[in-house]
Amino acid sequence: MTRAQVLRFLQTYAVLILIVALMVALTILSDSFLTLRNLLNILNQNAPLAIMASAMTLVIIVGGFDLSVGAIFAVGSVTSAWIALHVDPYLGLLLAPLIGLVLGVVNGMVITRLNVHSFLATIATSLIFKGVAIVISDGRLISVRIDSYIWLGRGKFLGVFNSIWIMVTFALILTFLLTRTTFGRRIFSVGGNEEAAILSGIRTHRIKIATFALAGLAAGLASIITTSRVALGQASAGQGMELQAIAAVILGGTSIYGGQGAVWRSLAGVFLLALINNGFNILNADPFFRDLTTGLVILAAIGVSAIGQARR
Amino acid sequence: MTQAALTAQGITVRFGDVEVLSGIDVEIAAGSIHGLIGENGAGKSTLGKVLGGYYQASSGSLAVFGQGVGRWDPPTALAHGVAIMHQELQLVPHLTVAENVFMGLEEHRWGVLYRNEAERLEEVMQSSGLRLDPHALTVELPIADQQKIEILRALAREAQVIIMDEPTSSLSSEEIEQLHRIMAQLREEGRTVIYVSHFLDHVLEVCDRITVLRDGRHVMTESSTGLGRQDLVSAMLGMQRTETLYPPKRKAVSELALSVRNLKGNGVDVEALDIRAGEIMGLIGLVGSGRSEIARAIIGADRATGDIAFLGRRLDHTIRAATEAGIVMVPEDRRRQGLVMSMPVRANIILPHLRRFARFGVMATRRERRRARELIDRFSVRPAIIDGDVSRYSGGNQQKVLLAKWLEGDPKLVILDEPSRGVDVGARETIHAAICELAASGSAVLLISSEIEEVLGLAHRAWLVDRGRLVQEIDPDAVSESEILAALFRHQGLEGVST
Ligand SMILES: Nc1ncnc2c1ncn2[C@@H]1O[C@H](COP(=O)(O)OP(=O)(O)OP(=O)(O)O)[C@@H](O)[C@H]1O
Ligand SMILES: [Mg+2]
Repeated sequence: MTRAQVLRFLQTYAVLILIVALMVALTILSDSFLTLRNLLNILNQNAPLAIMASAMTLVIIVGGFDLSVGAIFAVGSVTSAWIALHVDPYLGLLLAPLIGLVLGVVNGMVITRLNVHSFLATIATSLIFKGVAIVISDGRLISVRIDSYIWLGRGKFLGVFNSIWIMVTFALILTFLLTRTTFGRRIFSVGGNEEAAILSGIRTHRIKIATFALAGLAAGLASIITTSRVALGQASAGQGMELQAIAAVILGGTSIYGGQGAVWRSLAGVFLLALINNGFNILNADPFFRDLTTGLVILAAIGVSAIGQARR
Repeated sequence: MTQAALTAQGITVRFGDVEVLSGIDVEIAAGSIHGLIGENGAGKSTLGKVLGGYYQASSGSLAVFGQGVGRWDPPTALAHGVAIMHQELQLVPHLTVAENVFMGLEEHRWGVLYRNEAERLEEVMQSSGLRLDPHALTVELPIADQQKIEILRALAREAQVIIMDEPTSSLSSEEIEQLHRIMAQLREEGRTVIYVSHFLDHVLEVCDRITVLRDGRHVMTESSTGLGRQDLVSAMLGMQRTETLYPPKRKAVSELALSVRNLKGNGVDVEALDIRAGEIMGLIGLVGSGRSEIARAIIGADRATGDIAFLGRRLDHTIRAATEAGIVMVPEDRRRQGLVMSMPVRANIILPHLRRFARFGVMATRRERRRARELIDRFSVRPAIIDGDVSRYSGGNQQKVLLAKWLEGDPKLVILDEPSRGVDVGARETIHAAICELAASGSAVLLISSEIEEVLGLAHRAWLVDRGRLVQEIDPDAVSESEILAALFRHQGLEGVST
């Protein structure tokens, strides 16, 4: 490999390189890290975030941000639990993602109709959604200890947690949409140069609405996993998840300016952040240093990809 | 001999694994106008950027007025009196003309601006003869005016050496002559100009010496006296080649394709415009005459009122309706409105035709690649890589990608706004042939170009445009360029009197 190729490799795969480095380090430092059990646990715990980050990737590629997915998660959590308790558990699991989808469409409509930046629009809608969640739950926790409800978050299929299956399937579908379909191509073009896309006859508004709808759907889907796992619907669920999702997407290497990126990158971003947490737990390290370490690792990831970019 | 303003020795530039310039030796005499020519992608802009400090050469050395330089970046170059006007305009869209011209040269006291840029600009405009509204927002100006901003900016820097990278690619002939006068004036003052252009006649006319590049190599540097157009073409291509004139016009009288009535909006006021299928209709006007605005109003990119009928059907004023009816527009600003720089060449080419390359919404990758390959070959895009990163392509090659993008498929009406902007002699012929072929196959074409000669050579009919209105229809085969210019100025003058 020539020097140029090495640099390009570094830039493209910065997160993966860091993940490998961290895994090697943790394997050396602790016996309990590199076990199937621990790794599956990490994935299981982070599946909801990974699902949200996957969809957030599309939003960021199209040139937007969605700060309301945490609030949609909350709405999903309380409505799902409420319906499960008062109507039917299966209906509760089914409706929350659809409600998320509808809220995502609302986001998309606000952004395209009012022609405001999604950053601003979703700050506003997130407060509204959050308020709705509080009203629905009446400010209380909704406990759902029903077997036909909690199976989703706690159960396994072929020895692997359901949540992991859902996460993998969802990420694969989004990857397919993004890389293999006209919809994906349009997402890239709108994020890359909206004016050129418009002049190419692309209905940019529809594309934006659709990506925000997917982000909403993902938040709803993530919420039922968590809610059924803890058997508790609450309006405070999902708090801060929007920022974690955005951080993971960008850490993975998707361009914050839009037009470039990939779903696998966001999964890698989520996994990298999860590894740091896991490391602290299994090493029994002082959680005092957790933020500090996380910040340093993020800087390292940015640094590796910047080295690759320097000679251009 | 006179002193050398710039001396480049063994300049080699590599991007990754590609060598873009290989061992260029060239000397630019002080107080001269030095032409720099070559095919699209030959390395002219890259050489210009090295001289201006924007790119660092991988090896080789530079000397300015006989003194070798070490670290060479844009601030250092400017401090040594070397300024560059970029081919792709580097202006801040939401600043005014005056603010852009004096960017980095603002007068201030302890960091507080005097905000006197407009008055200072007045002086520069006085001495150069170029006129613009100092308070106009840059983003709202046509490309030609933005090019003038770049020229004014170089003048305002009072640089000793000015590198002009295709400064005339969207200027009208009047303005080009003005620029040539400015260049001559700079030479009088003992300053040096490096002039990159694809208009060989201009280069022969104004340059003292001419350097030819081919595939990143230096082919020759010679005095322009005694050189002819044909010599330059052979040196650029590395072989003999006779230039063909415009393809013959096939007169195909066919059914009415586009019929526009009372189109009004955004400075546009078109009473009636009809184009038949198979016909190439030209629009000729001075810069700012509203040529592009008429086009944008027709395809629904700008708000407008009036009746547009296309192939017998009423058309809504939306881009979507236009696209669905088979109307496409090649915009004049390839970077802002044309290409998606973050997508590869292949994806750009088929972007408006996605549906044709998909089944049930799933991309048919193989078909896409095959078609992209064909179009790249047809328009000789270089590098000819279907997954090429279009943002790194030379200006002329980006323009070819843009053309390929819109001539794919069979559009019923093609609006071309400056289709051959910045392309070399050979590519120009390819593009002209493609336009004629389109018409021959039954498309209607609306051709806008600041080169009157191009319109006369290609169009069946043409309208003169002034202030968004069609003022006079002409027969392109019966009038000369100078008659048209005279008529345009007459219309402008008439208007001035009556309002
Ligand atoms: N940053 C870059 N990275 C990689 N390749 C580049 C880069 N900049 C330019 N090139 C390549 O270098 C070659 C020369 O480009 P350059 O812009 O100098 O051509 P040019 O002679 O100015 O052509 P044109 O007449 O089209 O403007 C092209 O093949 C282009 O693709
Ligand atoms: Mg160039």
